[in-house]
Amino acid sequence: MSEYLVLCCILFSLGAFGVLIRRNILVMFMSIELMLNSVNLLLVYFSAIHNDQSGQVFVFFIMAVAAAEITIGLAILVMIFRHIGSIKIDSLKELKW
Amino acid sequence: MANIIFYILSGITLCSALFVILSKNPVYSVLSLVITFSCITGHMLLLSADFLAVVNLIVYAGAIMVLFLFVIMMLNLNDAAAQPGKPFLSKLAAFVAGGLLLISLVYLLKGQQTGHIDLSTLDNNFGSAQELGKILFNEFLLPFEITSVLFLSAMIGAVMLGKKDLKDY
Repeated sequence: MSEYLVLCCILFSLGAFGVLIRRNILVMFMSIELMLNSVNLLLVYFSAIHNDQSGQVFVFFIMAVAAAEITIGLAILVMIFRHIGSIKIDSLKELKW
Repeated sequence: MANIIFYILSGITLCSALFVILSKNPVYSVLSLVITFSCITGHMLLLSADFLAVVNLIVYAGAIMVLFLFVIMMLNLNDAAAQPGKPFLSKLAAFVAGGLLLISLVYLLKGQQTGHIDLSTLDNNFGSAQELGKILFNEFLLPFEITSVLFLSAMIGAVMLGKKDLKDY
């Protein structure tokens, strides 16, 4: 088993762990970025192994989707902060029945 | 030689990634996330994905991190750090869940025989902007156009969400 696979697995698990353990929405977004980037690195690795550059083009699309997601997410975050005055995930109790 | 560079980069990557999720101050999280992304860029350079490495550095470590810093600057988070953290039980549960995810991922990928990567067998301009552009504008033309629509809708959505009050419009 290759070292890159282990590295990307650890990075992805760290990202998931960060989403679970933190209450700050900003840090949760950063953990999601960490997970996306570990998958990017894995795609680049497999594209180098198979000598096929389509994997690298996929990384472009992942980056585009990540950029759009972060833009919308941060806009929603700013709006939440204006309405509630906190960016803790526990303060979002409006949808709880 | 490349092995030594790989291990050093991996160590820095994992340490700064751990610091991202464990530091109390979000600004320190952003700064160590920049270090993480720079190290991942180094990994991409080791895998001879030159153009992608530069794009990664510009888009992730540059643009997105500046966006995070601006949002942190706009929100006044001084009183947020004083609140107590999660209870011990949910931290333990998060630790166990993350560890189980890591174990199951490693177990899934254990049997993969990927072999060692030999960069000398790759094409001369593997991963260059020219080659990627040829693929992007031939095979992946439709996803490329759809991505532009996605960006347009994301831009409009961000502007609409960022307005002070939507009632005036």
